[in-house]
Amino acid sequence: MPKIKSFADLKKKRDELKTGQDIRKKAIDTENHVQVKVAMATCGIASGAKTIMEFFMEQLERRNIPAVVTQTGCMGYCYAEPTIEVKLPDQDPVVFGYVDLKRADQIIEKYIKTGELVDGIIPVNYETIDSKEIGG
Amino acid sequence: MSKYSMHLLVCGGTGCHSSESDAIVCNLRDELEAKGLTEKVQVILTGCFGFCEKGPIVKVMPDNTFYVQVKPEDAQPIVEEHVIKGRKVTRLLYHDPKTNEIVGDSKHMGFFKKQLRVVLRNCGFINPENIDEYIARDGYQALGKVLSEMTPEQVIKVIKDSGQRGRGGAGFPTGLKWEIASKNKSDQKYVVCNADEGDPGAFMDRSVLEGDPHSVLEAMAICGYSIGASEGLIYIRAEYPMAIHRLKIAIGQAREYGLLGKDIFGTGFNFDISIRYGAGAFVCGEETALIHSMEGLRGEPTIKPPFPAEAGYRGKPSNVNNVETFAAIPVIILKGAEWFSKIGTEKSKGTKVFALAGKINNVGLIEVPMGTTLREIIFEIGGGIRNGKKFKAVQTGGPSGGCLTEKHLDVPIDFDNLIAAGSMMGSGGMIVMDEDNCMVSVAKFFLDFTVEESCGKCAPCRIGNKRLHELLGQICEGKGKPEDLDRLRNMSMVIKDTALCGLGQTSPNPVLSTLDNFMNEYTAHVIAKKCPSGECKSLMEYVVNAENCVGCTACARVCPVNAISGERKEIHHIDPAICIKCGACKEKCKFDAIFIR
Repeated sequence: MPKIKSFADLKKKRDELKTGQDIRKKAIDTENHVQVKVAMATCGIASGAKTIMEFFMEQLERRNIPAVVTQTGCMGYCYAEPTIEVKLPDQDPVVFGYVDLKRADQIIEKYIKTGELVDGIIPVNYETIDSKEIGG
Repeated sequence: MSKYSMHLLVCGGTGCHSSESDAIVCNLRDELEAKGLTEKVQVILTGCFGFCEKGPIVKVMPDNTFYVQVKPEDAQPIVEEHVIKGRKVTRLLYHDPKTNEIVGDSKHMGFFKKQLRVVLRNCGFINPENIDEYIARDGYQALGKVLSEMTPEQVIKVIKDSGQRGRGGAGFPTGLKWEIASKNKSDQKYVVCNADEGDPGAFMDRSVLEGDPHSVLEAMAICGYSIGASEGLIYIRAEYPMAIHRLKIAIGQAREYGLLGKDIFGTGFNFDISIRYGAGAFVCGEETALIHSMEGLRGEPTIKPPFPAEAGYRGKPSNVNNVETFAAIPVIILKGAEWFSKIGTEKSKGTKVFALAGKINNVGLIEVPMGTTLREIIFEIGGGIRNGKKFKAVQTGGPSGGCLTEKHLDVPIDFDNLIAAGSMMGSGGMIVMDEDNCMVSVAKFFLDFTVEESCGKCAPCRIGNKRLHELLGQICEGKGKPEDLDRLRNMSMVIKDTALCGLGQTSPNPVLSTLDNFMNEYTAHVIAKKCPSGECKSLMEYVVNAENCVGCTACARVCPVNAISGERKEIHHIDPAICIKCGACKEKCKFDAIFIR
């Protein structure tokens, strides 16, 4: 291991290492982050959910938007895959269907950045046991 | 940029480790490898999360899912369901017994809600065996700041202004201690870390060293700079193998980076740390005894003055601080004295780590701001008393402290309030007792410990405690006399006034505080010869209730000493002279016909 020779060296080192813990840091404070859940069941993956998830992870970081991108199971909208759910801080989650790279870009630029809705919204029309037991 | 999209944190504290958390790590890694996910998901072994009651714990980030009581074979469902399909494994989530709800993440658990983790900031967050993880969390930044931007006097001023007091038990102001050591001139001085954690039921120092060893190393170097010492020593008991292992790794890594050793950060400041092992004697937590033990002498205390700050290790000025005291120092330097002094009460600043043990639902390690009440700690964070029993008392300060009762539940806890209530902070162990605990036996239990641990140097402690212990034993056996209660109190006062060191001076505290708070139990033992809680076996009598007994002979057959007489279909009788009070008959009886009198 190379020695840390000065205080400036240490600061540089810390800044390099910091991103490695971003996932953990965000987890402590999820409410204040944009949360993107990508449906990654068989139907989702077959329709390209994996590319979409990678796109979100990469682009949100590149565009400096503090966000938590996670995967989830089949949301049930198999006809509209890939589907994603986006939750902005202090707002109800919104589900988008038929997300391709173009729409993903729109979601980031319009909905996530300005709150302006874009095409492809799927209205939430059911309740889950989760929403009763876990509270969201 | 790291390509990982998910972190799996597995608790690697001693508690979870002994419940096979290392096997969980192995299995998780195997599963991830089998599914080709090693590039995406990182498994990290961390320090203690604190919720030892429900260990081993696995935390999934970034969704903050908190899995409890995980077994090695649960690695497969966690990977297959959660990691791949994004569905939480419901059966492994925490089930809140109070609200009967399943809680998915730690933020919504009662155990974590009231906590403020300063000392434990990195425990359960970083991998303690990797210095990079500590550096990423602003590790060694405080040392850098101190060495390049501050004079030793300025550092001491910050610590003084913060109001930090020693967490080892006595609560001596840390900044003042440093100042005294810095003013004593000498060619060589020493920084000593007291990791000889000896209170029964206390494990905060161990958890800090296991979960975040670098925070202690960094603080010791800061202390070295402030008082003018180039050598640090950690005195730790050999019975903490995992803490020692992680300390060694940490010291090695810090040396490789040049954060310990010669010319740190190119400032010309030299500081290195070595480890000294103790054999686990309680008295060696006392600083003069600790220093003698490190010098290879008998672990016996000597009269102060001279204080270690004047003539300590090898006769040189030495500054001894506890692990928890050190662990808070880097945060105080980085966040400032004002930030720290805003937390806590008027005379006790900051937070305190407590180890919850005994008859409490959530056994574990917690950290709360000073001034939190016992009620909040026991009933909100601790989840109340086990099996719905009634709270009776809590022993704080270990064998040197005292017990606090129902009437103390709303006292804001800090150094001074605990002393006013007849106990003390000690190192932060809290042993909770319920209605089934006999307080005379509790006092006897702690005396057991001090009699065993007394070094034998001074007569009050060596002989006095032995006599106290004998008297308590007689009372528990029903052989106590009313005048014994006065003898107990008088002897306790004499020991308190005349013993040589802190161990002896505080050893009668459990007796005095139980006498003060539970006189009724003592009198029941010596006058009515009854133990109200039914814990003292000698004072129990098993009796047959004639109304319920059907004469089935089941009890007579199970009795190992043939103390039960009576023919079939006749009412049975237990001979108290023969009965050994094993309770086998009561357990066997299907008709509730045997009770304890």
